[in-house]
Amino acid sequence: MKTKINVTVNGVSHQGEVEPRMLLVHYLRDALNLTGTHIGCETSLCGACTVLVDGLAVKSCTLFAVQLDGSKVTTIEGLAAEGKLHPVQEGFWEHHGLQCGYCTPGMIMTAAQILERNPDPSDEEIRHGLEGNLCRCTGYQHIVQAVQCAAKKMKSKTAVAR
Amino acid sequence: MAENYVGKRVKRTEDPRLIQGLAHYVDDIKLPDTLHAVFLRSIYAHARIKSVDTSAAAKVPGVVAVYTGKDVSAKIGPVPCAGALPDLKTPDHRVLATNKVYFVGHPIAVVVAENRYAAKDAADLIQVDYEELPVALDEEKATQPGSPVIHEQFGTNVAYKLTAGEGDIEAALKSADKVIKQRILNQRLAPIAMEPRGVLVRYYPGEQELTMWTSTQIPHLARTQIALMLGFPENKFRLIAPEVGGGFGSKLNVYAEEALLGWIAMQLNRPVKWIESRRENIQATIHGRGQTGYLEIGYKKDGTITGLRYNVFADLGSYFQLLTPAIPTLTGLMLSGCYKIPAIQINVTGVFTNKMATDAYRGAGRPEATYVVERALDLVAADMGKDPVEVRRKNFPAPSEFPFKTATGLFYDSGNYEGALKKALDISGYHKLRDEQAKARKEGRLIGIGVSTYVEICALGPSQAMPAGGWESATVRIEPTGKVTVLTGASPHGQGQETSFAQLAADQLGVHINDVTVIHGDTSIVQYGIGTFGSRATAVGGTAVWYAIEKLKEKANKIAHHLLEAGEGKVTFKDGKFSVEAPKVKAASVPEPVLPAAGMAPGASLPDPEPHGKHVSLQDVALAAHLAKSLPQDMEPGLSATYFFEPKNFTFPFGTHIAVVEIDRETGEIHFQRYVAVDDCGKVINPMLVDGQVQGGIVQALGQALFEEVVYDDQGQLVSGTLMDYAVPRASNIPWMELDRTETPTDVNPMGVKGVGEAGTIGATPAIVAAVVDALSPLGVRHLDMPIKPETVWRIIGKNKTGAA
Ligand code: FES
Ligand code: FES
Repeated sequence: MKTKINVTVNGVSHQGEVEPRMLLVHYLRDALNLTGTHIGCETSLCGACTVLVDGLAVKSCTLFAVQLDGSKVTTIEGLAAEGKLHPVQEGFWEHHGLQCGYCTPGMIMTAAQILERNPDPSDEEIRHGLEGNLCRCTGYQHIVQAVQCAAKKMKSKTAVAR
Repeated sequence: MAENYVGKRVKRTEDPRLIQGLAHYVDDIKLPDTLHAVFLRSIYAHARIKSVDTSAAAKVPGVVAVYTGKDVSAKIGPVPCAGALPDLKTPDHRVLATNKVYFVGHPIAVVVAENRYAAKDAADLIQVDYEELPVALDEEKATQPGSPVIHEQFGTNVAYKLTAGEGDIEAALKSADKVIKQRILNQRLAPIAMEPRGVLVRYYPGEQELTMWTSTQIPHLARTQIALMLGFPENKFRLIAPEVGGGFGSKLNVYAEEALLGWIAMQLNRPVKWIESRRENIQATIHGRGQTGYLEIGYKKDGTITGLRYNVFADLGSYFQLLTPAIPTLTGLMLSGCYKIPAIQINVTGVFTNKMATDAYRGAGRPEATYVVERALDLVAADMGKDPVEVRRKNFPAPSEFPFKTATGLFYDSGNYEGALKKALDISGYHKLRDEQAKARKEGRLIGIGVSTYVEICALGPSQAMPAGGWESATVRIEPTGKVTVLTGASPHGQGQETSFAQLAADQLGVHINDVTVIHGDTSIVQYGIGTFGSRATAVGGTAVWYAIEKLKEKANKIAHHLLEAGEGKVTFKDGKFSVEAPKVKAASVPEPVLPAAGMAPGASLPDPEPHGKHVSLQDVALAAHLAKSLPQDMEPGLSATYFFEPKNFTFPFGTHIAVVEIDRETGEIHFQRYVAVDDCGKVINPMLVDGQVQGGIVQALGQALFEEVVYDDQGQLVSGTLMDYAVPRASNIPWMELDRTETPTDVNPMGVKGVGEAGTIGATPAIVAAVVDALSPLGVRHLDMPIKPETVWRIIGKNKTGAA
């Protein structure tokens, strides 16, 4: 039996019918073809599938698509506003925060949330915030630097806005 | 004016697609009408298959086909193994099990359905009737009489025995003032690339064309091998490694699932996809390491090493993958470390066990060797009551002794071990650290300093030493518009060669880096290549690019000479332009022409320079080469060059890693205070990429030293089957890495680059273990086995407390 859902993803509203057991990550990847959200474990242990649901970073392999009815989802594809990279994306690029790139979308979404909650995180706070995201390539140091760089960029932006 | 890119921290050209979620890994490629495959795998480590009943599975709505070993074994050739050793016992490794299963995760059947959910449901309904058999799990015990035998036809679990090394080891150990012995473990590890394996295959029956997208490090080698397995013509078989989400050796292989998916696509004439789950990835993608050994090291009173012997049991698993039996031979090659050891012997016993195959995991046999020799040196130092640094220095070859011949039969190309060591000691403030440690010890604190000085073998390698060719290829083309296309046979999957090769090409051709595109991983586009592993992509693949460009420039130069009507004049190439060097007399009398720079009014009005200052751009030459209206006589049109580079030796990067830890007496937890690494990988093309490689490697090494272990219980059940139980390092339990470099070029290639992909996993493990052992040395600890868990440490501290009380 399929269930009707209504979800806004990256600002676009989608109506669809999904099987109740369909995972959110499969809905995004297979039904909406948003393949930037990756699957590294399907058991909520790696963070590769992290997206923002109503502003909160969640692992999209731990949710069913039906639970999302009425929600707003942001995926990595929706992070760059009007074609301009998000400061976290810029930070990852400038500081070589990625190698194979597989963990990267999840890392970036998590990092964006870390900075939203704490615009000036310490090294330790960043690492703590990234606990749920595994990266096998980078050794995390460049990721930490990428997030610090993004924090600086976001601060100078808000300073300009004021 | 062209910039210089080589040696600079150039941002990666591959990143924009990756940071925006726009890249295409296998599972991101969608073809209409695709079927999905799910495997049923053995739940036992060793069992006879009495029957497999797929009837219920076949009835699940959406299921298109179910295949078992009986259906396919005669139709698909065995999974290949390229490791040829004398008297090697090679089991017949079929893509699906038929009569027996040999490890948990061994594939038995495959379900193909309209979607993954249906395929999974159906796989759950397959009934397998097993007869459980006793298991052989421990690589040492499996060699003893009375052990269950895995492959009955061999009558033993010993797959091979091999002795290597030079010098009279008996005499060397006898001549020593003292011989130290130690049992050494290199536990089984899982590579855990974050992207699991995945395969998508499409077959066009009309064109008889097979296209396979697979997450691999070796597209060409995989194509050849899978073509042979399928009996399908290689030249109609296109294999594409799309974006690959990490490999670390685990995708330097040819897997049963790949060939089987190819066969299924041809049976059903529909695209079929299989994406490995993480559980399958830990069960049935190759593991690494897995050695239990016994070392003996002899030394003289002054600390001079006289000889080293290593008797090792290598846990091969139940079947061979591509390089399974060959990995321990690399351990043998690197046992000299960066020391002068006159006699070395390794005795390898390769052993079948009821586990997944071991194979190349980042470092592939070399971390094992480095760990053994570094632990050995530390044991000597501890025994002598000397600083481990002093014992190392005592045995280093001097820079003037290179090329340095080892007793393992290698010639180290170049090295300055003292230089890297000294730099690392300076950065860490080693002597001050030792003073602080002495003070802290008096206060009862457990602080440890570990030093490892390593050398690794990279740029694999001369074809003589490789199972399937050790060269690499490149084609460089200048398109009619002047854009540069580089095709490399290497197959980067995170290392960043799209950028570093573009840096190289941009500098050599004097163009902007954005005008260079590096293409790899598609066998229909790229000339045959070997692939990316063994820290070879830059040193061998980059060198092929370098030579291809030199070759291309020769041709371009001739065309330019023709276009410039240079006659006797010499044409030179600089900053993307070919110019005629003025004949000497003229040049003396005419001032250097000022070339017009954009927007500069006076310059802009200058008339065209005289013939001696005439130039044509690379773009002009490329266009002329393609229009072919005015070319030197008998010259082929077009502007491209291909080069297959065969290295004459390996390269031997080296370095020093220093770890400083403090142990929490209450919990046994290990906290890093410092981590310093000085690596020497020869010339550096992009320091940012080198740092990234080193950091990633160090953290994987740290995983081996402190957390990671593939654990099978005594029934052969995989206990560490999820990322919950298999502890990959997370962002919070690792130190800040202070990195630096020395630069000792090699003459093995014209760029002087050595390779760096595996340095971290090789250099760091012994440093970290040494630091923990050093911290516990006041409690009488001389050696600990990896992974060193807090529990182990806590027990040692606890025992000591009771002992003291
Ligand atoms: S795929 Fe969701 S956490 Fe790993
Ligand atoms: S960049 Fe490869 S897993 Fe993080």
